[in-house]
Amino acid sequence: MNSERIRGMTPARTTAHTEVIPMTKSHLELTGIEMAFDTPKGPFVALDNVNLKIRKGEFVSLIGHSGCGKSTVLNIVAGLLQANKGGCVLDGREVNSPGPERAVVFQNHALMPWLTVYENVELAVQQVFRKTMSRQRRKDWIHHNLELVNMAHAANKRPGEISGGMAQRVGIARALAMKPSVLLMDEPFGALDALTRAHLQDSLMDIQQELNNTVIMITHDVDEAVLLSDRIIMMTNGPAATVGEDLHIDLPRPRNRVTLADHPGYVHYRQEVLKFLYEKQRKLENLSQRRTASATTNQQARASDEPGAARA
Amino acid sequence: MTILDTTNVALPAGWLRTLSGRGSAALARAGRQLLLPLTGILLFVGFWQLAAPQVNTSLGSFPGPAQVFDQAGQLWQEHVNQRARADQFLAMQEARNARLLDANPDAEVKLRSYPGAPTFPDQVATSLGTVLAGFVLATVIAVPMGIVFGLNRHFQAAVNPLIQVFKPVSPLAWLPLVTMVVSATYVSDDPLFEKAFLTSMITVTLCSLWPTLINTSVGVAAVNPDLLNVSRVLRLSFASHVRKVVLPSSVPMIFTGLRVSLGIAWMVLIAAEMLAQSPGLGKFVWDEFQNGSSQSLSRIMVAVLTIGLIGFLLDRLMLLIQKQVAWNE
Ligand SMILES: Nc1ncnc2c1ncn2[C@@H]1O[C@H](COP(=O)(O)OP(=O)(O)OP(=O)(O)O)[C@@H](O)[C@H]1O
Ligand SMILES: [Mg+2]
Repeated sequence: MNSERIRGMTPARTTAHTEVIPMTKSHLELTGIEMAFDTPKGPFVALDNVNLKIRKGEFVSLIGHSGCGKSTVLNIVAGLLQANKGGCVLDGREVNSPGPERAVVFQNHALMPWLTVYENVELAVQQVFRKTMSRQRRKDWIHHNLELVNMAHAANKRPGEISGGMAQRVGIARALAMKPSVLLMDEPFGALDALTRAHLQDSLMDIQQELNNTVIMITHDVDEAVLLSDRIIMMTNGPAATVGEDLHIDLPRPRNRVTLADHPGYVHYRQEVLKFLYEKQRKLENLSQRRTASATTNQQARASDEPGAARA
Repeated sequence: MTILDTTNVALPAGWLRTLSGRGSAALARAGRQLLLPLTGILLFVGFWQLAAPQVNTSLGSFPGPAQVFDQAGQLWQEHVNQRARADQFLAMQEARNARLLDANPDAEVKLRSYPGAPTFPDQVATSLGTVLAGFVLATVIAVPMGIVFGLNRHFQAAVNPLIQVFKPVSPLAWLPLVTMVVSATYVSDDPLFEKAFLTSMITVTLCSLWPTLINTSVGVAAVNPDLLNVSRVLRLSFASHVRKVVLPSSVPMIFTGLRVSLGIAWMVLIAAEMLAQSPGLGKFVWDEFQNGSSQSLSRIMVAVLTIGLIGFLLDRLMLLIQKQVAWNE
């Protein structure tokens, strides 16, 4: 565990937007990522020359306007998407397929609706630790992770029987239970109300302090980004989006949202991000239009081309 | 799905429970639930009673509810009598065999089954057996095929036109082909199944597998992409992926397909039996039609009501199983 953090001291770190600790090889490194999607109107270049180095245990937020390519970056790190150019290296090994060492927390929990909370975590634990953990240890490990997110009491409930915030916790527990070296989160709290969201942010901070996971989190929420992150990566608008600014957040940990609100550093960082988003990268096109447009492309359900199917 | 799909069908138990237990509001609700279907049925019976005598056929006027009810009793009585005779026949043989064995312990004795014609309940049982066999065969074929098609877009694109073309084919069109193929290929000295049974069963399978096939492939293709990504992140093997993600996720769709399939199977079976002269309810109807006695119409009407009732019960049974198995119920 990071002793500096426990004492609430600021780790010595450069605030400049330059390389961090050049002498050690970085834990996770994205170099020259270019991503183009095939569309009916020809290739759409979503990302162009994205470079990013992340140290072990770092909490990194990706922020940027809707549709700029944050999810694309995350999915490339997860291995769910393949970059056209450039690559992603984790602990010296090239990433080219998904794997449990890069666990993903999805925006809408993505729990199997037919499994109980316990079974959902079990599915992951079974798959990852089948060979290395005894049955009893796996069981304890599942319970441990459910307790970590305060969901042990609902172990036997189905996702349909618990609230969205609770389901999201289980999603986090499932990801943590894989003992990932990187935890990838795509707007994990986006679908939650403000109170639940604050609650889960606090839990996440505690858990990250304890486990010291490397985290990459996408968010639209400036406060959330500043509160949780060691670094905020701000992305320019697409197409051909790239890293615009890289802001290091040197605020003492553990952080408390109430006391932090008046902290001059906090206010400053917040302003930096807001400036980037609303001055430097001001979205000219109507944001809400963009949202609905991207929502419809996501819903290209293959099922719809089957007119003969009977539905319950 | 159907109009009758409400709770009012499971009435007797619920009705009694409400009577004994809860307050007057529940009682009123239960009363309404019982009242409306009952009113519907009574109105129908009344209309039938009034309209039936107006329809004159060469076999007399169309049977009213009373005559049909009467014939139902008659058919049951015939069945009971037949059973008694069969028992008697068997007892006689056994007595004779015992006597033969007494006289000569090495005597060869035989037991022959009663040669009487199948009664109405026998025909019902045969039909049920055939429809279940055909339906099970259809399920065993359609679900795995549906999974394969659903998992592979290219495969699906390749077979989709075939499915669309074969789906609407009527059983009557398949039947001659099936009959010929079965007679040509199923040659055995000691047949396990009767040819007629096989013919109607295969016809049922051919006609009823499509809804299950289509629904399975649609259900499999429509698995939530997030869940597919979870499966990829976990690096599930292909077998686990199908077993733990794809199949459970499509169970609700598969069951909807199965219910439609079973309904079609039952409808097709009656037609197939009629045309193929294979034992069962269809043959019963056809025989009565050919028979042309004054009671034939009433007896056919009994068969019609029985067919409807059994179809309804089969659907209820599927629904019950679905509720046990599907996670979204
Ligand atoms: N499969 C795809 N095919 C074509 N275009 C795509 C595809 N996936 C993403 N895009 C496009 O790439 C761009 C970046 O998408 P991405 O989902 O990464 O954005 P995002 O920053 O995560 O947006 P949001 O904040 O709304 O989630 C968008 O313009 C989107 O329309
Ligand atoms: Mg996104």
